[in-house]
Amino acid sequence: MHNSSVATANIEAHDNPALLHHFATAEQQKDAANLGMWLFLVTEVMFFGGMFCAYLVYRYKYFGDFGSASQQLSIKLGAINTGVLICSSLTVVLAVRAAQLGKRTVLVFWLLATIVLGLVFLGIKADEYAEKFEKHHVPGPSFHYHELLPGQAGLPSTDRRYANPSHAEMYFSLYFAMTGMHALHMIIGVGLFSFLTYFAWRGKYSPDYYTPIENAGLYWHFVDIVWIYLFPLLYLIDRHR
Amino acid sequence: MSDHNSSSEHISSIGSSVAIWLALLVGTALTVGAAYVDLGPFNVVVALAIASIKATLVVLFFMHVKYTHEKLTKMVIATAIFFFLILLVLSMADYGTRLWT
Repeated sequence: MHNSSVATANIEAHDNPALLHHFATAEQQKDAANLGMWLFLVTEVMFFGGMFCAYLVYRYKYFGDFGSASQQLSIKLGAINTGVLICSSLTVVLAVRAAQLGKRTVLVFWLLATIVLGLVFLGIKADEYAEKFEKHHVPGPSFHYHELLPGQAGLPSTDRRYANPSHAEMYFSLYFAMTGMHALHMIIGVGLFSFLTYFAWRGKYSPDYYTPIENAGLYWHFVDIVWIYLFPLLYLIDRHR
Repeated sequence: MSDHNSSSEHISSIGSSVAIWLALLVGTALTVGAAYVDLGPFNVVVALAIASIKATLVVLFFMHVKYTHEKLTKMVIATAIFFFLILLVLSMADYGTRLWT
């Protein structure tokens, strides 16, 4: 990928214990690892993409019912969780920066901050899920849905139209599938960052070798981006009516 | 050693990172506010446009793509977006036109 003289490679091989023998330079090794991470994220785009596509098809088909079901979610909790994830992305950026500058305790601090924010997100999500169970809005045998279509509340009670429960159930199926897979990614992310925190505390990372921090950061940002799309698509349908 | 690395990697400044963070929070507030305004069919368009701007900021600045010297990374991202759009556009071209007579 980059031209470098054999002499440089030899010096690096002696200097940097993290450099594997089949790479010429540390830079080449890091580029290869980053590219591998990006390729993994491409597969993740297609993985979440299938669910986004299913969501778009059904939202187009059952628009009013999806609007009704969407309004059962709390915008406040959704917006707070979006803010929490954006803050966690900033702490990841600061963690990578600390690793690049070789500041071990600062790195550990920002990694821990990321874990805490990830857990806050999951806690709020768990609270939202609990409410869905209480209201019988979880798809399955006990599913029950009797809510108005958007914009019907102002009409005389005899004219009001209600959402089709089967279509609302489809919304909640997609809601749990998409936020559930997202939450699973968050749990995996928190696990990854726990390992990183341990190794960072042990002093494994230096300005010459911090690839795991950088790649875990790419993963975390990707999960953040998925939520950036999930929030308006799931929470903000037809709110103006 | 540090000379060698400094050519390839970008260390983001705290100031610019905080600026992007603020822009992302403002974008979130905007998207919530826009949801309560009746824009007809454009509510979805505005929501997705704001989300895409936020995602672009994250990719370019937080994921360091703006500063990468590696063209292959950019090509991989462009490929991912391209195939994702094929998935969405061709599927919707089918399902969106089924009710047409």
